[in-house]
Amino acid sequence: MLAHSGPVGTIDTLWWVMFVGSAIVFAVVVALLAVGLLRRRAIPPEQRRRPGPGTTFVVIAGVVVPTIVLVALFVLTVDALPKTSPALGTTRLAVDVVGREWFWDVSYPSNGARTANEIHIPVGVPVDIRVTSADVIHSLWVPELNRKIDVIPGQTNHVVFDARSRGVFRGQCAEFCGLQHAHMALYVVAEPKAKFDEWLARMAAPAPPPANADLERGQQVLLSSACEYCHRIAGTNATGTIGPDLTHLASRLSLAAATIPNTRGYLAGWILDPQHIKPGNRMPATNLSGPELQSLLDYLESLH
Amino acid sequence: MVANIERLERNWAEPGRLVTAIATVDHKKIGVRYLVTASVFFVLAGLEAVALRAQLATPNERLLSPEAYDQLFSMHGITMIFLFVTPMLSGFGNYLVPLQIGSRDMAFPRLNAFGYWVFLASGLFIYSSLVLGRAPDAGWFNYVPLSSGSHGVNIDFYGLGLIFLGISTTAGAINFIVTIFRMRAPGMSLNRIPLFCWAVLATSFSIVFAIPSLSADCLLLELSRKWGYHFFDKATGGDPLLWQHLFWIFGHPDVYIIFLPAVGIVSSIVPVFSQRRMVAYNLVALATMATGFLGFGVWVHHMFAVGLPQVTMTFFAAASMAIAIPSGIQIFAWIATIIGGTPVLRTPFLFIVGFIVVFVIGGLSGVMFAVIPFDQQVTDSYFVVAHFHYVLFGGAVFPILAGIHYWLPKISGRMFSERVGVASFWLVFVGFNLTFFPMHISGLLGMPRRVYTYPDHMGWNVLNLLSTIGGVVLACGILVIIVNILWSTRFGAAAGDDPWNANTLEWSTTSPPPHYNFATIPVVRSADPNWDRRDREEDQRRLERGELVLADGHETVATSEVDAELEHVLRMPGDSPWPLLLAIALTVFFVGLISSSNVTAWIGVAAVVIALGGWHFPWTSDEEVLA
Repeated sequence: MLAHSGPVGTIDTLWWVMFVGSAIVFAVVVALLAVGLLRRRAIPPEQRRRPGPGTTFVVIAGVVVPTIVLVALFVLTVDALPKTSPALGTTRLAVDVVGREWFWDVSYPSNGARTANEIHIPVGVPVDIRVTSADVIHSLWVPELNRKIDVIPGQTNHVVFDARSRGVFRGQCAEFCGLQHAHMALYVVAEPKAKFDEWLARMAAPAPPPANADLERGQQVLLSSACEYCHRIAGTNATGTIGPDLTHLASRLSLAAATIPNTRGYLAGWILDPQHIKPGNRMPATNLSGPELQSLLDYLESLH
Repeated sequence: MVANIERLERNWAEPGRLVTAIATVDHKKIGVRYLVTASVFFVLAGLEAVALRAQLATPNERLLSPEAYDQLFSMHGITMIFLFVTPMLSGFGNYLVPLQIGSRDMAFPRLNAFGYWVFLASGLFIYSSLVLGRAPDAGWFNYVPLSSGSHGVNIDFYGLGLIFLGISTTAGAINFIVTIFRMRAPGMSLNRIPLFCWAVLATSFSIVFAIPSLSADCLLLELSRKWGYHFFDKATGGDPLLWQHLFWIFGHPDVYIIFLPAVGIVSSIVPVFSQRRMVAYNLVALATMATGFLGFGVWVHHMFAVGLPQVTMTFFAAASMAIAIPSGIQIFAWIATIIGGTPVLRTPFLFIVGFIVVFVIGGLSGVMFAVIPFDQQVTDSYFVVAHFHYVLFGGAVFPILAGIHYWLPKISGRMFSERVGVASFWLVFVGFNLTFFPMHISGLLGMPRRVYTYPDHMGWNVLNLLSTIGGVVLACGILVIIVNILWSTRFGAAAGDDPWNANTLEWSTTSPPPHYNFATIPVVRSADPNWDRRDREEDQRRLERGELVLADGHETVATSEVDAELEHVLRMPGDSPWPLLLAIALTVFFVGLISSSNVTAWIGVAAVVIALGGWHFPWTSDEEVLA
C-alpha cells in the first residue's frame, strides 16, 4: 500500500507492525516444529502413556504470551481508530456520492455541481465523503486514500479523504453488487486548491450551448434519441437520472465508470455497443447512422 | 465365546443389498455415504474454482460471461461451505464417534439415516439450479437487497435449499450430542473422551445455536421474495443490515463448526504419529469448548465497514482477538506433543505438519482482521480471500486429507500407497501456497474480491497468473489422492486392525469393523484406551465370560453423562425405509415451493405427515426382531 493520506499512513504502520510480529511468531512456531520433527530419539513404550512435560510450556506460549501481545494490539487498534475515521467536525468540504448499478453519481452540495465516476478534492483539505446507494449495497474503496466504507441504501455513511499530495487515485466498488461489480471504478483527483475551485465552479455551470451547426445537429441527435431518458445535461431538455450526468462529459478521465479511456474511438464504441464492453449494464445499444454518430460525438466532445 | 459371536453376527446381519441400500441405519455405512457424497461435492466445487482461476489468469479475459462467473463463484462458496466441509466432517463423526466411544451405534440411528438422505436431497436440489443455468449468483453470503430484489429462481434455490439442508445438519448435531453424552463405554468419563469427540461435541452445540439464525434469515428472505414482505427494506421500516447480522451470527460460528472437527482430527493424529500421549489434554478440551462459545461473540468483525458506532466495533474487536488464545493453546499443545515424542513422518502426519504451517499463517492474518482500521482496508479484497483459504483449506481440508489417509485402512481394511501419498502431499502443499499466498499481495495492492475480470496495468497480472498455475498444481494433487484412494480400496495391502499403533478404541476392533463394532463393549480406564494392553486383554476375557456382549438384539449400553457409569442396556432400532421416505416427502414439498406450485407443495406436506406417521407407527415387526 502506498500511503497518500494520513489514514492510509496509519493503516500502513499497523500493517508493518503486524507483518513483522506475525513473521516472528511464524518463524518461532516453524522452528519449534522443526526441532520436534528432526530430533530423533526413541521413547520406550512404557513412557508413551505418561504425558510429555509440556503443560507449562503450553500455558506460557499459548496463553500468557498471546494475551500480552493481543492487549498491545488492542491498544494500537483503539489508538488508530480516530486517525482513520476522524471526527466529522474537522472536515471543510462535503461530497455526496451515490452508488448505482454500476457507476458513481457525484455531487457537491456547496454549489450544486454534479458529475460521475470522478471525485475532485483539494490537496491538504479533509473532505467528508457522504455515501449512500440508490439500489443494492456497494462499497467505496480508494486504497491509497482511506479504508473502505459500505454504500448502503437508506443510510448515509461517511469516510474522510485527505490527500497529502496531488495525484489521480483509482478506486473501485468492493462489495459484490451484481453483473458489473468488476467495472464499477472511479478516479479521485487531488489537485491544488485554486485548480480545484476553478474545476468546481465549472462543474456547477450548465453545459456550453452548441457553438456551430454540427454541434447543434449532435445535440438534436441526443435529444431525439433514447439518450435523454437516462442522462442529464444541465441546460438542455435531457434530465434523466438513471445514467451518469453528461453535462461536462468531455472533461472526464474515463467512460463507463473507469472502464475505458475517454477518447473519441472508445466513446463511439460505447455508444454503439455498450453491452460488448460491459455486458449486463443498463445502457442499450443505439442504432445511429454514420453522420448522426459523428455529430453526436462532436457534441459530446464539446461538453467541457 | 464363539456362540456369542455367532449370535451377534445373526442379530446384526444385513438383509439383502437393496434393502440395506434404502433402509440401513448402520452409522458406518451412513458415515461412508456422507464422506463419498461430500467428496463428490468437493470435486465439483474444485472444478468450479478451476474455471474461475482460468477466467482470472489474465486481465480482461472473456472465457466466462459475468453471469456465468457470478453463478460459479457463488456455487463454489455454497458448495464448499455447506455441501462439502460440514457434511464431510459429519461423515467422519458418524463413522468414528460410536467407534471411538466404544458404542455400537448413534443414539438415534433412524434420525441419522434421515440426516444423510436430507443432505443428499438438498444437495441435489441446490445443484439442479446449476444444471438449469439458474444457480444462485449473489455469493455465498448473499447480501440483500441484491439478493432480495433479483428476479428468477436463482436466489430461491439458495434460500429454500439452505433451509432444507439445515434440517439435516440440526438433526445430526442433536444426535452427536446425545450419543457423546449418553453412550460412551463404561469408564470413559468426561476427561477420557477422545479429543475428536470433544470437537464434535463443541461443533454440535454450535450448530444447534447457529443454524436457526441462518434458517430464520433465509425464511425472511423467501417471505420477502415470494410473498412480498419487507424485512430488509429501509423505506418500509426494515433494514438491509438485518440480513447481515443474522447471517454472520450463523456465519462466524460456522467457521468454527468447520474448523473444530478438523482440529479434532489433528488431535487424533498428532499423539499417534508422535507415539506420545497428548500434552495438556484438559486444556485442549477446554480450548475446544471455549472456541465454540466465543465464536458466537465475534460476528460483527465481518461488518466493520458498514458504518457501525466505534464503541460497538471495539467490543467485537476485543472478542475477535480473544478467540486467538484457544487456537494458540491447541497449536502449542500439538507442538509440545511432537517435541516430546518420536515423530513418524507418514502421509497422514505430513498433512498434519502441512496443516500447522499453513494454519499458523491463516491464524495470524486472522488476528489482523480484529484490528478495525486494517480490517476496513482489506476486507472484501483478495487479502481476505487469501486469509480464509488459509484458514478453511489450510485449517480444514489439510486435516480432512490427513484423516482420510489415517482412517482409510480402518474403513476399507486396505493400505494406500505411501510413496504416492507423499507425492500427493507435496503437490497439494506447493499448489495450495502458490494459489493462495499471492492473493495476500494482490489484496494489499487493491484488488477487490468477486470481480469477474480486472484491468491491465494494475500490477495484479503476475500475481493472478501465479494463483492460476498454483490452482492447476493443487487440482493435480487432489487427483493423485483420489486415484491413490480408489486404487487402495481394490489393490491395497491388507492393513490389519491397528496399522498405526493408535491410542483410540476404533483401532481395537477389526478393519473394517463388524456391524456390531465390538464383540463386547470395552471398559475404559484412560484417555488412550488402545494403548492400555491389559484393559484390552481384559475385554477378551469378558467376551469369553459373556459379559457386556449384549447379543440378544441390536443392543448397546447407556452410561451416565459425567463418569460414564453403566446405567442401562439400550435396544436400538433396526433398519427402516421411513427416513428415506420422509426425506423424499420433504423434497416434494421444497420442489413445490421452488416451482411455485402450491398443489405440489401441499402434496409434499401430506406426504410428510404420512411418512412421520409411518415412522412412528408401532409396527410389530420391530419388536419381533428384538425378541
